[in-house]
Amino acid sequence: MTALELAEKLKAQFGDLIAGPAEFRGEIALRVLDSDQIAHVCGFAKIKLGFNYLVDVSSVDNYGDDPRFTVVYHLYGIEHRCYLRLKTDVSEEKCEVPTVTGIWRTADWHEREIYDMMGIRFTDHPDLRRILMWEGYPYFPLRKDFPLAGKSSDMPDIAFSRPAPLEGGPFVTVAGGKDTISREPRVRIPETDSVELNNRIERRDDVRKAHGESFGPGPKEHKS
Amino acid sequence: MAEVRDIEIRDAAGTAAAAAQNAGLADDLQDMSGEKMVLNMGPSHPSTHGVLRIVLELDGETITKAMPDVGYLHRGDEKIAENMTYTQFIPYTDRLDYLAPLANNVAYALAVEKLLGIDKELPLRCQYIRTICVELARISSHLLGIGCFAMDVGAMTVFLHTFTEREKIYNLCEALTGARFTTTYTRIGGVSRDTPPGWCAAVEKFLDEVLVNIDETETLLTRNRIWVDRTRDVGVISKEDAIDYGLTGPNLRASGVEFDLRKDQPYLIYNELKFEIPIGSVGDCYDRYLVRMEEMRQSVKLIRQCLAKIPGGFDNASREPVNVSDGKIVLPSKGKVMTSMEELIHHFINVTQGINAPPGEVYFGHENPKGELGFYINSKGGGTPNRLKIRAPSFVNLSILPHLLPGHMMSDTVAILGSFDFVMGECDR
Repeated sequence: MTALELAEKLKAQFGDLIAGPAEFRGEIALRVLDSDQIAHVCGFAKIKLGFNYLVDVSSVDNYGDDPRFTVVYHLYGIEHRCYLRLKTDVSEEKCEVPTVTGIWRTADWHEREIYDMMGIRFTDHPDLRRILMWEGYPYFPLRKDFPLAGKSSDMPDIAFSRPAPLEGGPFVTVAGGKDTISREPRVRIPETDSVELNNRIERRDDVRKAHGESFGPGPKEHKS
Repeated sequence: MAEVRDIEIRDAAGTAAAAAQNAGLADDLQDMSGEKMVLNMGPSHPSTHGVLRIVLELDGETITKAMPDVGYLHRGDEKIAENMTYTQFIPYTDRLDYLAPLANNVAYALAVEKLLGIDKELPLRCQYIRTICVELARISSHLLGIGCFAMDVGAMTVFLHTFTEREKIYNLCEALTGARFTTTYTRIGGVSRDTPPGWCAAVEKFLDEVLVNIDETETLLTRNRIWVDRTRDVGVISKEDAIDYGLTGPNLRASGVEFDLRKDQPYLIYNELKFEIPIGSVGDCYDRYLVRMEEMRQSVKLIRQCLAKIPGGFDNASREPVNVSDGKIVLPSKGKVMTSMEELIHHFINVTQGINAPPGEVYFGHENPKGELGFYINSKGGGTPNRLKIRAPSFVNLSILPHLLPGHMMSDTVAILGSFDFVMGECDR
């Protein structure tokens, strides 16, 4: 049985709910017109049509179009060896699609990733949390209106209160501070040796101040 | 001579509690079960192979709940891909499964070529070279996977043993691509360069040596009592669960499912080659190890066939092409760019705007060493993808952990993670 025949069967079952099939490069795609019905369609495809392996769930942001998002499911049947792509659109206001975790358990992490990256929620998902970004991150980075360079956001609290051992050390670049080359010149210039020595001592003093007298890198030196 | 007895140590607290109940000591039962402890494993733990973190809830030494936490290596590869041309993204694929970069390169190139509709027009020599590359990557990845797995459960020798062999593959990579690790070898429509003189002969020599190494590794592990005790019947995944959780690659085949994209959806020249798909019978850690061992032997077989049939022979005496001839896809030769108008235009357009892909969408799944590496490309036309989704096998394989780990001992976690052979570069993308 070919993918096209299977797609026709799915269309015969659900009628007007499904548009297509469209073929491109030998792949068959169907569009489910009502995103609330996606779980029913997927359930039928798995149980009656043998699509027992959910390859992937992904999402597309059609920024500027309405509806804004498309959720894309890639189905495969290990017995009949056919791929099928199901797509369904969801608007920005609604941003909610029923989960298919009840049909394939592998959908769990895929849907969490879509929620994390695109901000589409999956109703009745057992554990809809962010997965790649951290808990509390305020943006959805794969949306087209999120810039490639990122946006600044608050990091979660750091678990320790004392400065880290290398903080302020020679290999750590502090935002807004001097860059590495001016802190640690690559070429030694005899005329500026004393300036450098004084800088080094100040730097070490800072570290000692933060950690206590017995702490700190390097030998004791005296300013010239 | 001392008496030899089998002792059952799994869930010792439970067994003791059951015994106490039988003896009418039900009140002590409460004390036995005790409080549960939460243990944080990773993100930097030797057996988490990178930056996987698992929050484990323990009852004594038995795991009652496991929550994997991924994303520590998230670099936003999919976002980056939307902002560059198809060719520019090839180096990023090296950094997905960084233990088999050649296989990622080939998978990505094939996906873009499918979108362009040129996947059937690739020169034969290119397809043979790519097949050799993929199978070398598979051997390299499995050597590392087995070496680390064995080291995790305490067999240090195996690790050193397999790494010696893997080093030779890196030398071959260096001779072929100029880089040992981040190969960036494929181009859309071909490969960056033909095999250097003597390379195919070096591969042939390597195959003889690696077979010896595989056999030696087998003698170190397969019938090793400690190894068998640590891996057999540990982390058993049923056929149904494996498919339901979307496991692919050796992890799926160890559970007895005969699914290999090289056979089921043949690409490159795999339908002209003879090879077998090893499958397991139980689906435990031991089976996953055995499947990988046999896959390496099959890969050796595949490369031998490729070398015997490669068009143009070892050093391409008949000058077979390795790239498609379309100047709109592959960069023209430098000599022509400097002398001919049309080639200059092609070069300029290719570099500044990228390959002009048609609007449409394709999914291509590739049998990577760790499972099905898929690229879903959604194109609106032009030189950059509108959306590029990477279906990473490690990400999906790890999603079974919350289901698989509970009920095992803490030390079994290490064996299970080792047997899964995941890589976080690919999982977190």
